[in-house]
Amino acid sequence: MTTLQPPAAAGPRPAPPPVRRDRRSWKGWGFIGPFAAVFALVFLAPIAYSIYLSLFRDQLIGGTTFVGFDNYQQALKDELFWASLGRVALFLVVQVPIMLGIALLVALALDSGRLYGKSFFRITIFLPYAVPAVVATLMWGFMYGTKYGLVGDFNSAFGWSLPDPLSADLVLASIGNIVTWEFVGYNMLIFYSALRVVPHSLYEAAEIDGASQWRVITAIKLPAIRGALVIATIFSIIGSFQLFNEPSILRPLARNAITTDYTPNFYTYSLSFSGQQHNYSATVAIIMGLITMVVAYVVQLRGMRKGA
Amino acid sequence: MTTPVTTPAPAATAPGAVKSAPRLRRVKEHRPGRRRRSKLLTVLTSLVVLYTVVPLIWLVVNATKTQSGLASSNGLWFADDFALWDNIRDTFTYGDGIFTRWLLNTLLYVVLGAGGATLLAVLGGYALAKFDFPGKRGVFATVIGAVAVPGTALAVPTFLMFSKMGLTDTPWAVILPSLVSPFGLYLMWVFASEAIPTELLEAARMDGAGEARTFFTVALPLLAPGIVTVLLFTTVATWNNYFLPLIMLKDPDWYPLTLGLSAWNSQAETVGGEVIFNLVITGSLLTILPLVVAFLFLQKYWQSGLAAGSVKE
Repeated sequence: MTTLQPPAAAGPRPAPPPVRRDRRSWKGWGFIGPFAAVFALVFLAPIAYSIYLSLFRDQLIGGTTFVGFDNYQQALKDELFWASLGRVALFLVVQVPIMLGIALLVALALDSGRLYGKSFFRITIFLPYAVPAVVATLMWGFMYGTKYGLVGDFNSAFGWSLPDPLSADLVLASIGNIVTWEFVGYNMLIFYSALRVVPHSLYEAAEIDGASQWRVITAIKLPAIRGALVIATIFSIIGSFQLFNEPSILRPLARNAITTDYTPNFYTYSLSFSGQQHNYSATVAIIMGLITMVVAYVVQLRGMRKGA
Repeated sequence: MTTPVTTPAPAATAPGAVKSAPRLRRVKEHRPGRRRRSKLLTVLTSLVVLYTVVPLIWLVVNATKTQSGLASSNGLWFADDFALWDNIRDTFTYGDGIFTRWLLNTLLYVVLGAGGATLLAVLGGYALAKFDFPGKRGVFATVIGAVAVPGTALAVPTFLMFSKMGLTDTPWAVILPSLVSPFGLYLMWVFASEAIPTELLEAARMDGAGEARTFFTVALPLLAPGIVTVLLFTTVATWNNYFLPLIMLKDPDWYPLTLGLSAWNSQAETVGGEVIFNLVITGSLLTILPLVVAFLFLQKYWQSGLAAGSVKE
């Protein structure tokens, strides 16, 4: 396409403003249209539908009736819901900082240029991201076994008596470990990618000023990747609130520790598919969605404002 | 820049990488090797590597064991009999070769789901980056807002809706929701803004090329590295999908690998169900292998691609 090559040909173009007005046309819809259509079908329609569902109740006598906000009132007084929310909140407060902390430390170590075999570290730590949650959970589930698993092997080999990772007290931590394993490398890579585009000149200036490594990290690197930190935090918050795969796949191994209302998502799933309470399930899902959005939004506001 | 970039505002929500992306071209890889390498730091980072690879080693080691060997041997070392090849054969033949069926299903979902998601994201990202159209702000705000909606919270209503439409228990129930990747759209939007000079498009238009032609001949080649990245990440998302198929599919003939493995695993729970943990483990290994290989070989693309928009190296 030789005719298309020279961008310089655009040099003597007509006065820009009128052209620009022209371009505000429907042409763009030709490209965004397909995405928008599918998006409306699988995102917007289900949201609208679940709001609709949440306003009704399916009763044995009288069939489906409009109940206004009754379902919401019921959910707000539902102890099972609050208990499950408490569980993921605890998970969020403990697991997310640990995971992001490790990810950040590794990213800083990689970026410092002081490691032997940098690219080996980068790729191996990232690899678990390619492992499906199902496989990760099955794997760790086997290893957690006190009889035949690794925990059992350690106990018999060293005469230890490690506690059962799948007991009611520890199972949340064990799930946290699986999630950390899955996503530490992914977050590390986000941080590392952000660190790589920090302008080199900043470091030189700092060096001239005699700034210590620690100073460089706190005064230059961390502020420079604040956006990445906020994004990773928000994704992790959303992930924690959505927790489902790991507990549901682990459940056969820990029936007593992991109940079917263990996380809010597990709860909505059980309500809908075991309990046939579709309307109430939709209500819980909406409340959970709202809570997630509010928390994510607050984190974003705070994170972006700090020192900005 | 007099180009009609009406959307710099959303960049405020973007990762730092995006904001400073244009600078990358000046910041070539990396700082001079003046810095001393540190053994201590290397050892400390190695601990994290140990943490990430030990489970994978466990998986490889235990894929070589028979069902009885699994119980009787130490998890981190081989059992007396090396049964990897038998396990692989059994994995593919067990239950009339259902594993092969699951593998093909997964491929179908990946090709149509991830491939379609990438296509829609590329077209949409291009539109957001290079066109000014009525409702653009609305589209953008809606999509960004939707990212915060827990995808799984949508699953139940989506299921109810799809079951009314008669779509559940068909491949479409898995493929359709996979077609939308807000993250992919966002990545392509940032990438297209950076990688396609508006002048180039104008030149093509002045030469009389239609919009479709301009897109395919001018824009698409420039977007290639971004496309690989989005394709890789949507592929992982589709390949690893569990919750959506779990809800949508009842018929094991339509299961993807993830759901199939989980079914094999819980088979031990059911009365009279055959315990086939050796096949679960071998099947798991076979499931992750293609993605691990893809990530290793396409490293160059996705690593740079992740620094959204800064991919142009």
